[in-house]
Amino acid sequence: MKRVLVFFVALLISLTASAIDTGAAFEDPEMQARYENLISEVRCLVCQNQTIKDSNVFLAADLRREIRRMMTEGMTDAEIADFLVARYGDFVLYNPRKSGRTLILWITPAMLLGIGAFVIVRVVRDRMKMPIDDDALKS
Amino acid sequence: MARYIALIVAFVIMIGIFAAGLDRDPTKLPSPLIDKPAPEYELPRVMDPLLTTGSTDYAGQMVLVNIWATWCAGCRTEHEYLLELAGRNEIPIYGINWRDDRDAALSWLQQLGDPYVASAYDEDGRVGIDWGVYGAPETFLIGAGGNVMYKHVGPMNEATWQGEFMPRIAAQTGATR
Repeated sequence: MKRVLVFFVALLISLTASAIDTGAAFEDPEMQARYENLISEVRCLVCQNQTIKDSNVFLAADLRREIRRMMTEGMTDAEIADFLVARYGDFVLYNPRKSGRTLILWITPAMLLGIGAFVIVRVVRDRMKMPIDDDALKS
Repeated sequence: MARYIALIVAFVIMIGIFAAGLDRDPTKLPSPLIDKPAPEYELPRVMDPLLTTGSTDYAGQMVLVNIWATWCAGCRTEHEYLLELAGRNEIPIYGINWRDDRDAALSWLQQLGDPYVASAYDEDGRVGIDWGVYGAPETFLIGAGGNVMYKHVGPMNEATWQGEFMPRIAAQTGATR
């Protein structure tokens, strides 16, 4: 009984192991690592909340094939990112660039944090200037 | 009092941002190709694999480039309208058959009619990537100078043609006259 159970649990777990990327791995482990890193940074535009590493839509497969081709042609990661952004726009990169129109994404959180800190300092200072009400403690 | 006014102003600004966001369709992405030269390509035709078609076919002309496929439901929806638009002889329509099966594409054109001057057969999606295609149907307006003037994602219809394409066409033909 126990063995049967183990068998079925193993069968269930094995579902998650099905490969999406069916292309052959690079022979050079360094290239393969670069490739894995690149495809987990590129958004699949058909299924917008997946990377092309996780998606089995044909567009994702096409983009993986193109990235593979560009890598074998010796293009750098930055050049490949430029290639994709020129065609699909900034949205294609999961990690938006720190320049141009996407700069606002990086500045806004810091700005909000700054405003928050300013407000807290102001409030605390104002309160420290207030006279301490001893009467409230006595009663 | 000033504190309440500041709060209300902040609240109204936030409501404004959210209201503007509600109307936007996150599946429609702005194309970085707008006002840039349209991608060049040269591919076999769907109708005759021995002949090619591509961007040089419409050099110097204002045209529509329509990305379609037989597996795409929206393409079936817009097909009748494309036939009508082609019949009016207002603008030549070039097709790019994207990631499709040639036999299916052929019988589609033969059975439903062919609105295209020529359809390129982009079997492996390589040209589609250059055009930044992510969901057929997509329709590009290419100016006489070879630049992409507008991109529409989704089925074409008369309202889109009148509302988005016609004003842009009028603006360019007016400017060059």
